[in-house]
Amino acid sequence: MPQTLFEKIWHEHVIVTRDDGNSLLYVDRHLIHDLHFRAFAQLKAAGHSIREPEKLFGVPDHSLPTTAKLLADIPAGEMREAVEVLEQASKEFNFTHFSMTDDRHGIVHVIGPEQGITQPGLLLVCGDSHTSTHGAFGCIALGIGSTEVQHVLATQTLWQRQPKSMRITITGELGFGVTAKDIILAVIREIGTAGGTGYAIEYAGPVIEALSMEGRMTVCNMTIEAGSRCGLIAPDEKTIAYVEGRPYAPKGGEWDKAVTYWQALRSDGDAVFDKEIVIDGRTIAPMVTWGNSPQWALPVTDVVPDPASEPDASVRATMSAAIDYMDIEPGQPLSDIAVDMVFIGSCTNSRIEDLRAAAEVVKGRKAAVRTLVVPGSGLVKKQAEAEGLDQVFIDAGMEWREPGCSMCLAVNGETLGAGQRSASTSNRNFRGRQGVGSRTHLVSPAMAAAAAVTGHFTDVRKFTEDA
Amino acid sequence: MTAAPTIDPFRTFASSAVPIDIANCDTDQIIPARFLRKGSDDPDYARFLLHDLRFNTDGSETNFVFNEPAYRGAGILVADKNWGCGSSRENAVTALVANGIRAVIAPSVADIHYSNCIQNGVLPVRLSDEECATLRAQLRDGPGAEIAIDLETQTLTGPDQTRYTFEIDPFDKHRLLNGLDDISLTLEHDTTITEFAASYAARHSWAG
Ligand code: SF4
Repeated sequence: MPQTLFEKIWHEHVIVTRDDGNSLLYVDRHLIHDLHFRAFAQLKAAGHSIREPEKLFGVPDHSLPTTAKLLADIPAGEMREAVEVLEQASKEFNFTHFSMTDDRHGIVHVIGPEQGITQPGLLLVCGDSHTSTHGAFGCIALGIGSTEVQHVLATQTLWQRQPKSMRITITGELGFGVTAKDIILAVIREIGTAGGTGYAIEYAGPVIEALSMEGRMTVCNMTIEAGSRCGLIAPDEKTIAYVEGRPYAPKGGEWDKAVTYWQALRSDGDAVFDKEIVIDGRTIAPMVTWGNSPQWALPVTDVVPDPASEPDASVRATMSAAIDYMDIEPGQPLSDIAVDMVFIGSCTNSRIEDLRAAAEVVKGRKAAVRTLVVPGSGLVKKQAEAEGLDQVFIDAGMEWREPGCSMCLAVNGETLGAGQRSASTSNRNFRGRQGVGSRTHLVSPAMAAAAAVTGHFTDVRKFTEDA
Repeated sequence: MTAAPTIDPFRTFASSAVPIDIANCDTDQIIPARFLRKGSDDPDYARFLLHDLRFNTDGSETNFVFNEPAYRGAGILVADKNWGCGSSRENAVTALVANGIRAVIAPSVADIHYSNCIQNGVLPVRLSDEECATLRAQLRDGPGAEIAIDLETQTLTGPDQTRYTFEIDPFDKHRLLNGLDDISLTLEHDTTITEFAASYAARHSWAG
């Protein structure tokens, strides 16, 4: 029977399936970050240990102030405790940990691929919804809750019911100035934030194939914003070239065996998906979100919609509430919205390609508003510095920081003030996401850079054409 | 070996219920991120639930429905579409439990939040859009009205005694009815897991 890519990987990992259809799956890689620091004491209290510590990788990211270089630089209290306890646990339970003083540390979804921990065909989990990022390599990557984290620690397995399958094909090609972030915002706008609930989503088509691995990670990253906990893309030569030579990638003869296996990992030509969505890449423009849900995204050339023209009463109410919270007006051009701050970073857009795209716009210009540039890992930071990107940002008056989640979640002391508005390359624009009363608009790195140098949303296409 | 209950079994539950008229209510609303490092034993945990909707920055109460006296102590939430979307934070469910909330009724519940509920003995009940809207309207019209749920028969009785039936995965139902945690269930397959790990390693030697 023809199978989808997801089904092929799934079946390789099924240990048992119950009569009711739930399967116990074997987990190849488990990533853990500082917000799960309480997991270890709980695990011990329950009388369990870590079943396969060599498959567990820990890194601090959420609780690191991006001005901190050492543990002592983190304010005392739970923030420092979270980072400290994770590191201690790595010694006690003997799992790999990239400490904050190690260049290899960074946002968990940036360092997994960077270290070659993430590979095609694997089943990878992390107690974080953006684990979907890793699916860019053609693996099943699932975000799980903290009880499931304990379960994986104790058993190296996870109970799941096989999700339905959806394929989203992006046809044609992308227009000038349109990026992976715009693709995924367009997808979420199309299917809605619950559109992917209960599905694993495979992204396919020429536009996806043409994306770099960084771009594919951006697309898969925000799969959860479409309601699906798992997005994936078939591995190809680009995937294999990216993984090759990375520290935790297979070596020698094992590498050859792996490549043979990976090359066969794709949906069969006649595989049937429960749902198919096709979007023409040529219709996608640089996007900006205006409301408090990632699905409220529009081309930057558009205006804030008018709830009065929405037929569904409940949607109308949500739109009005968002317009009110965001302090914008129906009919207002998105490019008229001024921002107080710009954040370039997060597991969606903090990789080297993202920083290059932002720097290209910033080069030779000055920041009109406060701008934080936070690289996704110590290695991304080093690479950017080697390319002189840090200097481009610093010369523009922007702040070049240490790696971490920073203002994406704002639990490290870096927040927007109440009523302040940001252009942010992160993934969530929920009320209060970047601090109590904060207003977040999601954009691509190039669009964030354009907002930073003009002080309001600006169509980056004009910008790069002028240059 | 039979697994012993480790969380409160869920069989029948009746309580007053509170209507939450927010579509796509994300887990950032259910518990703001700044509380994520707090332990579940924190004496203030109950306050974290829907905190920024319930409290002004000076700590005073807003006029959010949850604060109305008639809804205080409600053990059931009736929510709108896509409840619990966004972040995987299980703290959202911890905050529900800290308030004695054992069931959330909604047209749809986001995937990760759904499984987090099951893990903590909270029953997510999916009814249709119209049914949820009816229940919310009834609760608004009669604050303090009760809803009764029987998991065994998969039925729910609304404030006007209308009976509804709902679907639930048999495995989730089994776990809730018996208050089982997954680790003990899984370890019944201990030998199978060990054997699988060995055969998997043989088939995927590079993945070890
Ligand atoms: S960068 Fe943001 S979304 Fe990504 S893991 Fe960190 S907090 Fe979560």
